[in-house]
Amino acid sequence: MLKSAPMAGFSTLFRKEITRFWKVSFQTILAPVLTALLYLLIFSHVLEQHVQVYPGVRYTAFLVPGLAMMSLLQNSFANSSSSLIQSKITGNIIFVLLPPLSHFEFFSAYVLASAVRGVVVGFGVFAITSIFVPVPVQSPLWVLLFALLGSGLLGTLGIVAGIWADKFDQLAAFQNFIIIPLTFLSGVFYSIHSLPTFWQEVSHFNPFFYMIDGFRYGFFGVSDVSPRLSVAIVGGCLLALSFATLSLLKRGYKLRN
Amino acid sequence: MQHAIEIRGVSKAYGNVRALADIDLDIPEGEFFALLGPNGAGKTTLISILAGLARADAGRLKVMGHDVATDYRGARRSLGVVPQELVFDPFFTVRETLQFQSGYFGLGRNDAWIDEVMARLDLTNRADFNMRALSGGMKRRVLVAQALVHKPPVIILDEPTAGVDVELRQGLWQFIRQLNGDGHTIVLTTHYLDEAEALCSRVGMLKQGKLVALDSTHNLLKGYSGAQLRLRLAHGVLPEPLMPLVAAVPTNGEYLLALRDYAEVETVLGVLRKNGLVVVFMELEQPDLEEVFVEIMRRD
Repeated sequence: MLKSAPMAGFSTLFRKEITRFWKVSFQTILAPVLTALLYLLIFSHVLEQHVQVYPGVRYTAFLVPGLAMMSLLQNSFANSSSSLIQSKITGNIIFVLLPPLSHFEFFSAYVLASAVRGVVVGFGVFAITSIFVPVPVQSPLWVLLFALLGSGLLGTLGIVAGIWADKFDQLAAFQNFIIIPLTFLSGVFYSIHSLPTFWQEVSHFNPFFYMIDGFRYGFFGVSDVSPRLSVAIVGGCLLALSFATLSLLKRGYKLRN
Repeated sequence: MQHAIEIRGVSKAYGNVRALADIDLDIPEGEFFALLGPNGAGKTTLISILAGLARADAGRLKVMGHDVATDYRGARRSLGVVPQELVFDPFFTVRETLQFQSGYFGLGRNDAWIDEVMARLDLTNRADFNMRALSGGMKRRVLVAQALVHKPPVIILDEPTAGVDVELRQGLWQFIRQLNGDGHTIVLTTHYLDEAEALCSRVGMLKQGKLVALDSTHNLLKGYSGAQLRLRLAHGVLPEPLMPLVAAVPTNGEYLLALRDYAEVETVLGVLRKNGLVVVFMELEQPDLEEVFVEIMRRD
């Protein structure tokens, strides 16, 4: 038996997950960037002259951080969930279940790799849309903080979905009926102040709203709610979901039975 | 002496279906052990529990002294498993697959051993091929290489030659024999009982989750089925004292006699000589593991 280095298992799994999405970067990075660009071109063409959400901020500029964050969240989710469901269905999940990886190493590697993909896509969307519309970045630290919290949260949710789903159909349902509605109804395309009071109240129960709103604060210095409240809510959700996910992994739920 | 594998009172059920019932089994270090049984007997379940892919409802299992539940890191480092299904990750090449597998075990710089394993499994010229581009036999070799990448002292092969051509099968067994010769403990499950008979020094047989036989291959062959003597006489019929030994109705003038052991050959020949009968053809058929297996499965 060869002598092993501590945490090498984690770093290998992390590297493998990065390599996996990088090998299909047309699908995992360029495609979502192009989709976000199309959203921007269409919405800005239709609504630019009719909507102003924040004083002095063009609608197209308002849209850019929302689109970047939406892409970041969706791709963070897609990374861990699709990797796990593919591995489960093809059976190659045993290659990471047979080695002496702890549930924490397993969790950290999948979440961090998802965060990397989410951040790369989010940055790609921001970079490409900046060519068409200049967007100020007033507080880069708030931008980075919400990008990391959001990608971590969705990467974790992707692990839960990937473990829970037994077939692609179930994962697609999770994505289409939970993730996409929550991101679309979180204020990507509008400020919740433009909604009727009832829907404003409902939006406050959507954790995605706080991620988008806090992220946008980093660009314009303006937000619908305090960024500190958003950090507390998103951070709280991330901690709670991480704890629950680690507990599932420790029990071997749907993986070791 | 420490056992490579120690299994005590292990039970497992899937809903109402009992997969394993109170299994006790020790496999000493360096042994080449066959775990046999019909489909659904519990072989893969037992292997899965040993490898940490499933959890036992009751009982305790150790690999090289490491408890698979409380010291899972030690147990998994000591174990290499070649799975039954032909699984692979379609994103990677053969070399990447082995490097990642090595890294999962905490072995970052392991290229020398990876190269050696690939060479011994005739994979070197496929090292940079994507896994999807390999034939079934080549994929099977990569699975074996993945199980060996961390040099585990205990290697479990779950039907490694299912659907594999003769050339690969022979090459694979030569390599596995070599590993066993180097001190690795080998546990083999297979439906090719001739392989188990040729390779394994001890055999355990599972049926409906129970261990129904556990003995050396030699003792099983000796104890569960005597030899059969096929003979043809120049003239005359078989003397009356030998008629109870007849195992089958004579065809083409040939008698098939069931013997309890080889010593009975001399008794048979003595009776024939005493009666003045001449033997023109004689063949001693030895029992094989397949016959023993069928008999045990029928009996229990």
